Amino acid sequence: MKVRLLALPLVSFLFILNGCATLGEGGASRLDLIKRRTELRCGVSGKIPGFSFLQRDGSFAGLDVDICRAFAAAFTGSPDQVQYRSLTAPERFTALRTGEIDLLSRNTTFNLSRDAAGGNGVSFAPVVFHDGQGLLVKRSSGISNLNNLKGKTICVGSGTTTEQNLNDAFQAKGIDYKPIKYQDLNQVIAGYLQGRCSAMTSDRSQLAAARSGFNNPDQHVILPEVLSKEPLAPLAAGGDQRLADAMRWVIYALIAAEELGITQENIGNKLAEAQSRPQLTQLRRFLGVEADLGQKLGLNNDFIVKVIQAVGNYGEIYDRHLGPKSAVPIPRGLNNLYSNGGILTSPPFQ
Amino acid sequence: MNRSKRWWWQVIIVIGLLTVMGILINNLAVNLIRTGLGLSFDWLWRPAGFALSEHPLPYQSSDSTAWALLMGWLNSLRVIFAGIVLATLLGVSTGAARRSLNPLLRQIAALYVGFIRQIPLLLQLLFWYFVAFLGLPSEPFAPLGAVIHLSNQGISLLGVTLSVEFAAVLLGLSVFTGASIAEVVRGGLDSVPRGQWEAFRSLGMTEGLGLRRIVLPQALPAILPALSSQYLNLAKNSTLAIAVGYADLYAVSDTTITQTGRAIEGFLLLLLSFLLLNLLINGGMQLLNRAVLRSQHHH
Repeated sequence: MKVRLLALPLVSFLFILNGCATLGEGGASRLDLIKRRTELRCGVSGKIPGFSFLQRDGSFAGLDVDICRAFAAAFTGSPDQVQYRSLTAPERFTALRTGEIDLLSRNTTFNLSRDAAGGNGVSFAPVVFHDGQGLLVKRSSGISNLNNLKGKTICVGSGTTTEQNLNDAFQAKGIDYKPIKYQDLNQVIAGYLQGRCSAMTSDRSQLAAARSGFNNPDQHVILPEVLSKEPLAPLAAGGDQRLADAMRWVIYALIAAEELGITQENIGNKLAEAQSRPQLTQLRRFLGVEADLGQKLGLNNDFIVKVIQAVGNYGEIYDRHLGPKSAVPIPRGLNNLYSNGGILTSPPFQ
Repeated sequence: MNRSKRWWWQVIIVIGLLTVMGILINNLAVNLIRTGLGLSFDWLWRPAGFALSEHPLPYQSSDSTAWALLMGWLNSLRVIFAGIVLATLLGVSTGAARRSLNPLLRQIAALYVGFIRQIPLLLQLLFWYFVAFLGLPSEPFAPLGAVIHLSNQGISLLGVTLSVEFAAVLLGLSVFTGASIAEVVRGGLDSVPRGQWEAFRSLGMTEGLGLRRIVLPQALPAILPALSSQYLNLAKNSTLAIAVGYADLYAVSDTTITQTGRAIEGFLLLLLSFLLLNLLINGGMQLLNRAVLRSQHHH
């Protein structure tokens, strides 16, 4: 009797355990799952002002967050259907691989090892912010270039390409240095401000963001040397072409909208214009009035309208969080449209 | 229950356990295939590509990842063993102080134990590092003449230079574990019949001598098992070192995992390293335990 009582839960437990190992149904895309649950699970950092930062009311805001919102608007129709997960740098790829999140929009550098199937094997969307690693020093230290840092201590955060870039740059110049590695940026900042290190290193955007929170930001300078190219891009797990395509064209839509002069404010007028004037074929295709570009991606044909209504074009997103009037002003530089001296451009929506 | 029935039960339990283990291993293998990972340890022999702030043996970034991990392991060992010694000294003296005849000493010891045990270790480490050590001036000063030089760039004790990171982890772990050891020691001392204390006092022995010769030896069998779990805790807690910038095994693994993307292998190695370390500590304590028990039988 006792045996039989035990056997049922035991057997079912074994079945459940075994169920954890089924090979996923081939060809199914994460995109369908997102649409079915009408909610996007987006991995962000949550700790970088201007990119993803917790607001007073408990919500997240920043460029990375607006990218999540744009995806949600395109995939589910509403920019608010997002569940944010704040992840540390070492956690992010595991969270993606295990399926805990659908995609990452977390200032992640696009590089070969991460993209390749033999590396982290993820799929990157187009770059949303061209960054570069830099060094922040105290103005009073008199340090003005890399050579002045010979034998000095440098505070660096863990779990990023920053450690490797730092090493490559100093090794190439044959300069010795001592890295003090902390787990996250806040500790790096504390170590630097307390005087443990002569310099702290991180992406220049993060240095600018951190400096904006210091007591006297003008007492700290970012050295002119850029140690690396850091193209930051959203990404999804590899081997899922439908999701990767959809993400890619949402980002391009943000850039193309800026090229076409379509903004959050005038999107209604533009749509009305496209509907009433059949000769505007390019605009009509872009806004989904004719052709079926959205459908080809597995989205609604008006997905771009939803995206622009939700977050505006790329330039608007940038200005909102990193523009001259924002709390973390970073000159647009490379992140401007190609026509304005930057390197952003979108392939045609055809 | 008769004997044959009991025998059957054991067979069933063993089969059940083997099945569960088999399923778990199968899950791991299938999931590794599904995510296109597969186990591989080739990356261990490739150049690490990052520098370390402290390394007991010569190391540069062109050395292999395996060598970098070994440096991390040695750094862990260094702080763990120094921590065990310091925590034991602190714990035993505090434990003894709580049973001292001097009321001031008793109060101070009780305050230390009470206070330290209420605060999470991570907070204490952050306090020691960011407030106590990094709060030191950047130019060295010597409060005790040539014995010790202090600055937020490093600490020099009798000519031996320690990094502030090492010092913070060592002090944090020792002070925290010392408080728990003090309780273990106090419990051990209390297990010795009061008559023994009265006996050595009536013989005119000093408190210190009586404690060392009469009470502590009798308390040891009660102290040692709990003491070894405190040592194991200290070893495991040393992984919090990454919070204060000390290049221990966990910190080095953390870097290699993100640089190679080999999380499962990295964690397997971490697991094995700590298992090995803790088996070492455990083995040492068991030898000690046995020696103590044997010497007691001789008396």
